[in-house]
Amino acid sequence: MQRSDRWVGLVLATLGLIVVWSASAFPNVPGQKLGAGFLPMIVGGGLVVCALALLVRSFRGAAYAGDKAAQPARREHFGSSFIIIGAVVGYILLADRIGFLLVAPLCLLAAFLALRVTLPRALLWALVGTVLVHVAFYKLLRVPLPWGVLRPFY
Amino acid sequence: MDAVATAFGLVFQPYVLLVILLSAMYGLFVGAIPGLTATMATALLVPVTFFMAPVPAVAAIVTATAMAIFAGDIPSALLRMPGTPASAAYADEAFLLTKKGQAELALGAGLVFSVLGGIFGVLVLIVAAPALAEVALKFSSFEYFWLVMLGFTCAIFIAGTDPLKGVVSLLLGLLIACVGLENPAGAPRYTFGNAELTGGIPLIPLMIGMFAISEVLRFASGLDKPAMAIDRPFGNVFAGMWVLIKKYKLQLLRGSALGTAVGALPGAGADIAAWMSYGISKKFSKEPEKFGTGHIEGIVESGAANNSALGGAWIPALVFGIPGDSITAIAIGVLYLKNMNPGPMLFVENPQNIYAVFIVFILAQLLMLPLGWMAIKIAKRILRIPATVLMPLILLFCVVGSFAINNSLFGVIVMLVAGVVAFFMERWGFPIAPTILGVVLGTMMEEHFFSSLIKADGNFLAFFERPIAAVLGVLTLLIWGWPLFRRLWARKTAVAAA
Repeated sequence: MQRSDRWVGLVLATLGLIVVWSASAFPNVPGQKLGAGFLPMIVGGGLVVCALALLVRSFRGAAYAGDKAAQPARREHFGSSFIIIGAVVGYILLADRIGFLLVAPLCLLAAFLALRVTLPRALLWALVGTVLVHVAFYKLLRVPLPWGVLRPFY
Repeated sequence: MDAVATAFGLVFQPYVLLVILLSAMYGLFVGAIPGLTATMATALLVPVTFFMAPVPAVAAIVTATAMAIFAGDIPSALLRMPGTPASAAYADEAFLLTKKGQAELALGAGLVFSVLGGIFGVLVLIVAAPALAEVALKFSSFEYFWLVMLGFTCAIFIAGTDPLKGVVSLLLGLLIACVGLENPAGAPRYTFGNAELTGGIPLIPLMIGMFAISEVLRFASGLDKPAMAIDRPFGNVFAGMWVLIKKYKLQLLRGSALGTAVGALPGAGADIAAWMSYGISKKFSKEPEKFGTGHIEGIVESGAANNSALGGAWIPALVFGIPGDSITAIAIGVLYLKNMNPGPMLFVENPQNIYAVFIVFILAQLLMLPLGWMAIKIAKRILRIPATVLMPLILLFCVVGSFAINNSLFGVIVMLVAGVVAFFMERWGFPIAPTILGVVLGTMMEEHFFSSLIKADGNFLAFFERPIAAVLGVLTLLIWGWPLFRRLWARKTAVAAA
């Protein structure tokens, strides 16, 4: 926990400085000394102060409440999380081009396989899931899910 | 009285009743599956409620959350895995009872005291909200500014274990709220020339990301399969409940009261209410040595507390537009979408809608007895559904739901980024609740701050001139000053001792 605090602190401090710097460019409310930059200024300043406090605390090595809440060690598969994030990115990039009915089963399939569902089962559920969501959102709720290359079959 | 009759008419329609029944079943299902939280249930419901009239939309959320918080107790008793974080406080206790062959007692107490606690919370909501709204009608921007500040303060100092990280979370939320045109000067902030960003970060996709996508990612990063602790059919779960109610009436009352109060505090919800109640129950118990060995007393008190917190959380949400927990934070988003802007005027202009919400609350608690009983009966079958199949389906649902709010892929992008950020925040010990509070209340705080400042002509002391504003302001400053004061005091006594 404390090791992550160090570089999280650095990132937060940088973010805070950027926010403070950007805040000075925002205009004031007419007739007032303050304006659109006030809240970002407070937020940025606050982030810098908190980031420094985090850094100081982590280098002092003092134990603090957050340590006690640390989770017990578990097996971790970050690979699966990455595939799931990738599936959503794929959806964002492809949905308008190839259409919901093609991109959704691919995303589902990737996610199922990432979670170690067997291939036949994954294929089945990818199809069932796509049809379910299509019926629920496109047919019942009338959400204009993209058709993409399937437009001619619409 | 007309409004009450209208409210009954609004609720007792086949369509609304069907929505209530379906969302009850949905809430029980989601609550019972470990890894799917009550907040996630709410976030997933929003895209669907988006297409409903205000009353059924709110009814769906109220019912689903009440059921989900109870249903979280089921896998606690059977798998030692809380179905929702709100059941985590007494999951071990319930599981040990099951091990002792008393699964019926653990599950029955979970159900009955959830209902009783829930009803307590609703009654307080019904009495307190209109009374508070009367007072709130006289509030000006000064009072609202301090209320929001007090809300932030509660979320950081009461709800979190690490105030420093809580402050960081809040600041990140406020930063997100800064994005867009909606600020006192009407200047574009952090829009980077993007047309979608000028409207600000859309709230609902953000919440779906923070509460649902982050859970999917967490699930994917650690697959553990728990073992079922019981393989015989259940007996009568209601046996012995009357004895428990009589024996533990004080605990029931204390848990419900504490739960409602914690629920009403911004940023702290059912899960914190349960933890606090469990602790208090143990502290004041006549037999504290039995806690942690499969003892029902703690389940009675904290089981009542987590359900009463739901009603409590709606008090500040309806009266001030300040969410009492993450669930009401999402619900407030829905209220705005439905043109039921929360605030005291809602009680004046649309009392029938408020009464309808109250009626739904009571209905949901009453429905919980039969439906909860059925859920327990089929629990073993529900729990056998592999989460590895559910999670990808939820993922697709989140994607399409985030898209549906504005029919824009921008919502999906917001959802994904929010989900990844929330996943890492939780990993590194940064609480999510203050961030959500910052996003929901950031614009409101800035608006009230500037209108106060203009009224006061730049004089900061004016923030303390009105009596209620002064009390709220001093209270806020005292809570912030308390850690510093305590440290100084400790140093002083240490010096005196040396």
